[in-house]
Amino acid sequence: MTQTDISYKKSGTDAIIAALMALVVFGPIMGIVLNGYQFKLSFDRVFVIVAIVFVGRFLMSTFFQTHRGKMMAFRYTNNNDGVTVLPPNHKSQMVWIIPLVMVIGLLVPFIASKYVLTIVILGLIYVLLGLGLNIVVGLAGLLDLGFVGFYAIGAYGLALGYNHLGLGFWSMLPIAAILAACAGAILGFPVLRMHGDYLAIVTLGFGEIIRLVLTNWQSFTHGPNGITAPAPTLFGLEFKRRSAHGETFHEFFNVPYDSAHKYMFVYLVLFVVVWAVLFIKHRLVKMPIGRAWEALREDEIACRSLGLNHVLVKLSAFMMGAAIAGIAGVFFATYQGFINPTSFTFFESALILAIVVLGGMGSTVGVVIAAFCLTVLPELLREVAQYRILLFGILMVVMMIWKPRGLVRVTRRGFARKEGVVK
Amino acid sequence: MSQENILTVENLVMHFGGIKALNDVTFNIKRGSVSALIGPNGAGKTTVFNCLTGFYKATGGHIMLSANSKDTSVIKVLGEPFKVTDFISPVAFYQRLKYKMFGGSHLVNRAGLSRTFQNIRLFKEMSVVENLLVAQHMRANRNLLAGIFNTSSYKRSEDEALERAFYWLGVVDLTEFANRLAGELSYGQQRRLEIARAMCTNPEIICLDEPAAGLNPSETEALTKMIRVLRDQHNTTVLLIEHDMGMVMDISDYIVVLDHGEVIAKGNPDDIKNNPKVIAAYLGAEEGEEVTL
Repeated sequence: MTQTDISYKKSGTDAIIAALMALVVFGPIMGIVLNGYQFKLSFDRVFVIVAIVFVGRFLMSTFFQTHRGKMMAFRYTNNNDGVTVLPPNHKSQMVWIIPLVMVIGLLVPFIASKYVLTIVILGLIYVLLGLGLNIVVGLAGLLDLGFVGFYAIGAYGLALGYNHLGLGFWSMLPIAAILAACAGAILGFPVLRMHGDYLAIVTLGFGEIIRLVLTNWQSFTHGPNGITAPAPTLFGLEFKRRSAHGETFHEFFNVPYDSAHKYMFVYLVLFVVVWAVLFIKHRLVKMPIGRAWEALREDEIACRSLGLNHVLVKLSAFMMGAAIAGIAGVFFATYQGFINPTSFTFFESALILAIVVLGGMGSTVGVVIAAFCLTVLPELLREVAQYRILLFGILMVVMMIWKPRGLVRVTRRGFARKEGVVK
Repeated sequence: MSQENILTVENLVMHFGGIKALNDVTFNIKRGSVSALIGPNGAGKTTVFNCLTGFYKATGGHIMLSANSKDTSVIKVLGEPFKVTDFISPVAFYQRLKYKMFGGSHLVNRAGLSRTFQNIRLFKEMSVVENLLVAQHMRANRNLLAGIFNTSSYKRSEDEALERAFYWLGVVDLTEFANRLAGELSYGQQRRLEIARAMCTNPEIICLDEPAAGLNPSETEALTKMIRVLRDQHNTTVLLIEHDMGMVMDISDYIVVLDHGEVIAKGNPDDIKNNPKVIAAYLGAEEGEEVTL
């Protein structure tokens, strides 16, 4: 293959088409500026952007006609099968990374500033949410667009349990998980006989119902005014400057008061919980229930023919995911100290779903990375905050083109050959 | 519980709207036999299969499965509508409600009947071994805590499941493909894997829907041997739908012929071969030579 294969005519046509489309898209948006009651036409900006598109498309088109470009395109088109089976007794070369991440994670609260710490906490909360939804969408293949509903149940569970029943963080942590799981079961039982799109629509409705109830049930939830949530306690020691009952953390340990103590503690507890969930997820996919979820995603009819009760299998996935979201909600409430229904809009559901899609359906590592990317990146991009959604969209489009199966390739465990015995 | 017949089908009727797919189908399958269900295209063979395995809820009739030392009414476990008598007897009401809420074709499988599909339905993105492990779900240790903490009883149960999986891989000659994705296998291998997967649920009767479709003659030969192994070494009753007449006549002890949703002949292969109604159904009767049903 030589350089002479390149057809500049084709590149030119591609570039002209792209430039025309850019003209149509950007022309009205950038070319016409509203100035009081008059228009101001600024063709120079349109010209610049169309020129950028033209040149970019021309270079791209030319590159993909070269040998290297063709190789690259070929490699990517043939790399979409995604799933690979590891050889039996496969030992990952990356095992050292887990203790490393653990140590770094434990050091973070002591070296990072309070601002960084809050971002990392938010990142970890989204990791939890991503892991929960990954069970529902990635493993069991149930498209759930109302996942934020369970998150809200967890968060409001803590706030309402504190305000109405006097329950604290530690007692609400398991109760919220159970509450969310029950909500998942109640929603799931009638709904899970549906498939695909229908299920997505019903769950979308569920998420909105939760939010609307929280907004409108003024007497119970304080509606849009929001409600306070308690901070966690360390064996009864509160992370406050002064406590009405008992000692506070800084008095007990004789250290000066620092508002970051609360976040450090939330972070450490959350860190432990995330690792526990990661471990449970790691075990679940190897267990009969995890296999049943994946089998259900692959073929529901075959599952039924093998004696699996498809409704209960789906329900278990739904409840497990919901419970994890409930736990994430408790952490969110305690970290914010105050919650209101605007934190639980559909956009949150979409963001969590984006985390799962970006990370790769069923991939744990991918979801962790994606969760951090999608929560930390917006913080880094504070200056260009108005373009955040645009960048988000571009990221998704690029992902769908280059890595439609997610960032991290899904691998399956291999089994060592055994002597077959039947009893 | 009937000792002789593993499956009793009486007056089975299946209507799809106005179309009468099955009309008064009656036959018995003997325990330990290899039986075949044959008939021209559109005769209703797969519909019978779907009724037997609980994927369709029959419009009328009785299907009784006598396996795992109990009688199971296939239509009942799918969940029937309430009857007046249910509101008098709480036990009957509870049973009906239980089957309505949690009933379904999975209960037919648990009662000892397993099936394969005409268009192969494997878990394509799971490995071959995992396909067989999923099939053993009901026999595995499903305790969540035992699995998470990897207790010794859980390990034992998983090891047994793996051993059983490798045993069946050996039977269908797929051991070397154990760690491949099921979707990557060739068509014939996928068919064999599906049979192995169905056998992993430990059924007493296995229903094979066109197991030889798309196989070459040598593969069909191997399949015939395998079906004999299922019957002779595992005491499994085999019921199959097949278009390959050579194979059907070779292995079947008993043949049921369906046409237009009705049973037109039953009997051993020799009877069927010479039955004028069967020949007429397959080849068409000549004019004036009308065969009355």
